[in-house]
Parts: sequence; C-alpha cells; structure tokens
Amino acid sequence: MEQIIQQLINGVSLGSIYALIALGYTMVYGIINLINFAHGDIYMMGAFVGYALTTFLGLGFIPSLIASMVACSILGMVVEKIAYKPLRNSSRISLLITAISVSLFLQYIMVYFIGPETRTFPNVLESNRITFFDGSVILDTKNIYILVITIILMIALQYVVHRTKIGKAMRAVALDKEAAEFMGVNVNKVISYTFAIGSALAGAAGVLVGIYYNTVDPLMGSGPGLKAFVAAVLGGIGLIPGAVFGGFFLGLVETIVSAYGGSVYKDAVAFAILILILLVKPAGLLGKNIKEKV
Amino acid sequence: MLELKNLNVYYGAIHALKSINLKINDGEIVTLIGANGAGKSTTLKTISGMLKPKSGEILLEGKNINQLSAPDIVKLGMAHVPEGRRVFAKMSVMENLEMGAYTRNDKGSIKEDIKKMFNLFPRLEERKEQMAGTLSGGEQQMLAIARGLMSRPKLILLDEPSMGLAPIIVNEIFEIIKDINKLGTTVLLVEQNANMALKLADRAYIIRTGEIELEGNARDLLKDENVRRAYLEG
Ligand SMILES: Nc1ncnc2c1ncn2[C@@H]1O[C@H](COP(=O)(O)OP(=O)(O)OP(=O)(O)O)[C@@H](O)[C@H]1O
Ligand SMILES: [Mg+2]
Repeated sequence: MEQIIQQLINGVSLGSIYALIALGYTMVYGIINLINFAHGDIYMMGAFVGYALTTFLGLGFIPSLIASMVACSILGMVVEKIAYKPLRNSSRISLLITAISVSLFLQYIMVYFIGPETRTFPNVLESNRITFFDGSVILDTKNIYILVITIILMIALQYVVHRTKIGKAMRAVALDKEAAEFMGVNVNKVISYTFAIGSALAGAAGVLVGIYYNTVDPLMGSGPGLKAFVAAVLGGIGLIPGAVFGGFFLGLVETIVSAYGGSVYKDAVAFAILILILLVKPAGLLGKNIKEKV
Repeated sequence: MLELKNLNVYYGAIHALKSINLKINDGEIVTLIGANGAGKSTTLKTISGMLKPKSGEILLEGKNINQLSAPDIVKLGMAHVPEGRRVFAKMSVMENLEMGAYTRNDKGSIKEDIKKMFNLFPRLEERKEQMAGTLSGGEQQMLAIARGLMSRPKLILLDEPSMGLAPIIVNEIFEIIKDINKLGTTVLLVEQNANMALKLADRAYIIRTGEIELEGNARDLLKDENVRRAYLEG
C-alpha cells in the first residue's frame, strides 16, 4: 500500500513532465502534421538555460522558469523558420528527416560547446520532505511544485487555445489551413506562434526536470522526448487533452513498472502499451474516428 | 467594383485560365457558370489572392491587387465562401463566426454583426454552441455564408453554394443571397445550377475550359438557344 502511494507520487511528477513535453508534440502535429523530433532537444535547451541562470546568475526558481520558457519559445520559432518553413510544401518524409537533423544538431552543438558531461542543477528549491506512514511514503515539496506549475501552465494553455483570438486561429489552421486563409488568417504567423507556445512548455519541463533530478546533460532530451511522443500518440496525436492524459498515464505506468518489475523493463512496457493501444484504438485513447460531414 | 483584365493562371504546365476578362459593377449580382473543371474555382481563388496569376490584372475598386496576400485582400473588403463550405468542423457555430471577423478588431460591433447574422439565419442561432461539423449540409452552407459576411465585405465570392443540397434548401439559400445583395453587398456567384443562377443574377459569364465563352444579361442568356442546349437542358 505505502509503496503504491509512493509510486503514485513519483508517477505524477514524471507524468507532469511528459505531459508538458507531449503538448508541444501534439500542437505542432495538429497544425503541420510534423512529428517534431527536435522537440525533446528544445526541452534539453530549456533545462540548460535554467541551469545557466541558476548557477551563474543565481536567479531563483520562478525567474529561471520564465526566462527559460521565453528562450525556448524564441528557439522554437527560429527552428521553425529556418528548418521547417522552407519545406512547407515538401513531402512529410523530408520534413521528418529535417526534424531528426535539427535534433542531432542541437544535441551536438551543445556537446561541442560545453562538453558531454552531466552537470548538477543547483538546489534552488529547498526541499522539505513530508513523510507519511512512519516514513515509508515521502512527499517532497518538489513534487508539489512540479504538479502545481504543470496545472497552472495547462490552464493557461487551455485559456489561450479556447478563449483568445490567436488560439482560435490556431485551431482553425489545424482544422483547415486554406479555409483559415480565406478568413484572412496569416497562416505562417499562426504556425510560428504554435511552435513558440509548444517550445515554451518544453522549456518549463526542462527546468522542472533539472529541479527534480538535479542533473542536466546535452543528450537528456532524447529519452523523455521519445516518451513524450509516445504519450502524445497514446492520448491521440493532435489532441491537447490527449497529450495531458497520455503524459500522466505513461508516467504512472513507468513508475509502477519500475517498482514492481524492475526499471530495466519500464521502456519496453511503455512501448508495448503503445503498440497494444494503437492496435485497439488507432486514433489514441481520446481520439475518435468520426467522419466529418462534408 | 472588380475587374479582371487578360488574366492567365497556370497550375504548373496546365493553363487553367486563358485571358479572362470579367467585370462586376457596384451592387450587382454576377454569376459565373460552367461545367466541372471549367475553371470557376480557379477564377475565384485568383481573385481572392490564393493563386497568383502569371499575367493580367485584378483590379478591386480600381486598385491592382495582383500581388496582395489573401489576408490583405480580406481587409480590403472581399470575402470568399469556398466550394464545399469548409466550415471549421470542430469549432462551434459561434467560433466559426468569430473566425469570419478575424481581420477586425472592433469587438463591440463584431458582437452586433453576429446578432445580425442570427437574424438573417435564425437556424444558426438555435445552434450557436453546436460544433459546425454536426450541422446539416444546408446549415453548414448558411454558416459558411454568414462567416464570410462577418468580415463586412463589399464583394462576396460564393463558390457553388447549391452544391449537394436539396432543392428546397437551395431556394432558401438563393433567397438569402438576394437579401444580402439588397443590403448592399456585391455578389459574384459561381454555379453549376445555371437555371437558378441565371434567374437570380443581373449579368452572367459562361466559362468553358478556362475561357469565357459567352457573357451578357442573365435574362438574355436564359433564353439563348445555345446556352439552353448546353447548360439548361441536360
Ligand atoms: N491544384 C491544382 N493542380 C493542378 N490542376 C488543378 C488544380 N486545381 C484545379 N486544377 C485544374 O484546373 C482546372 C479548373 O479547375 P477548377 O477547380 O477551377 O474547376 P471548376 O470550374 O471549379 O470545377 P468544379 O465545378 O468541378 O468545381 C481543372 O482542369 C482542374 O483539374
Ligand atoms: Mg469548383
């Protein structure tokens, strides 16, 4: 019992991080049908921005978080403009190959300039441990911070997407680019904003992960990047609630599998679940295969 | 209002529009009629800036708009209601109307215009929170037209609004087009339903494989032997 509660706590934290990254995957996929494989590396860059600001400038948690989100949103827009926009009318496979190249570029430019070694993320949040059940369940305040920040960001995202003009334009472009253009929407601008928002969320996830695991390294993006992609597909790629659901689902499954079967198998289990779910529900857990009326 | 002069449009090597000349005066309903693949939609997309002509001129109120982007042309007062309606299926009726007003920033008068649309199309008001994709075909066409009107256009381009609809609904839609025109919007109506379009319009152009074959007063064309044989009786 205590172990299950402990794993749930850990799973929710891990799931928050997956969910934040998965949102960027799903938003970009929704709008230009691209699996942006560089997205995990944007998250890595976000972690490094957080690392640099806290270590060298001594900034606190919230300012670093915000600065990292801003930096990542700019990086996301730049990547889109330089690498993806010129390929707007190319085949999906060339776009995908470009995304993989951007991913490798970001990883190795970091290795080149700062080296491959793992660095320690400073403890900018004092961690207070609250124990339950005579110390067998530990709730770290970090867990609470991660969940609260994640929820705030998700509410903000929901607000932007459903209540603001740019958010409505994002949904319209995702549904029908040409029709949106008929309405006078500048489609390129909307795509750029979508990258900005998705990347900002990845940047936040990067800082949260630095705080949670206390380490950052240039290749840290590939594992969680892939998992978050799995999460997005699990929930139904292109669907914002799907990414959130898939993220938490995967985080919980992973921690529970690590606790009971050994952590060696957790990735295998994650992918096995992905395959099973896609066999049964190809559109993902929250996806519907409804035909639209024409 | 609008004038096309020697307009040539290509899709790669395909010469889709061949020296098109067309003129629409303020306040008119002009219809462009032709068979499948004649180039009707291509003409509308070129006018609204979605396709760029290889040569020729598009003049909107005397101003050359060849090089303007589609959003800029919307801002100048032209709306394009595309073929197949193309409503945003997973957005509500209300949100679709708001998207129609995307180029405007006057929140208050956008709200008033939405009310006007609901007066014009009462069926939409009953369904304002419904997802557009769940509306019937006729309701979707009404929404597509209302969404187009939300940009307050001087000229509205309608691409086959009768497509796939029952005759009774088509009648209703054509009545609405007449009303829209009476309220001061100039109309360019593309149709395959030549009979109804010619009865509604002031003037008409007939397009065939990318060329204007015939033009004239709509009532005259309705009586024309060749037109009857080619477009009305078969
Ligand atoms: N994107 C495209 N690429 C290549 N050719 C195209 C494209 N769109 C249209 N065409 C061609 O241009 C010609 C005119 O097409 P257009 O869509 O303008 O016809 P239309 O008169 O609107 O027909 P319909 O009544 O079927 O809608 C057709 O021969 C069509 O095959
Ligand atoms: Mg057409």
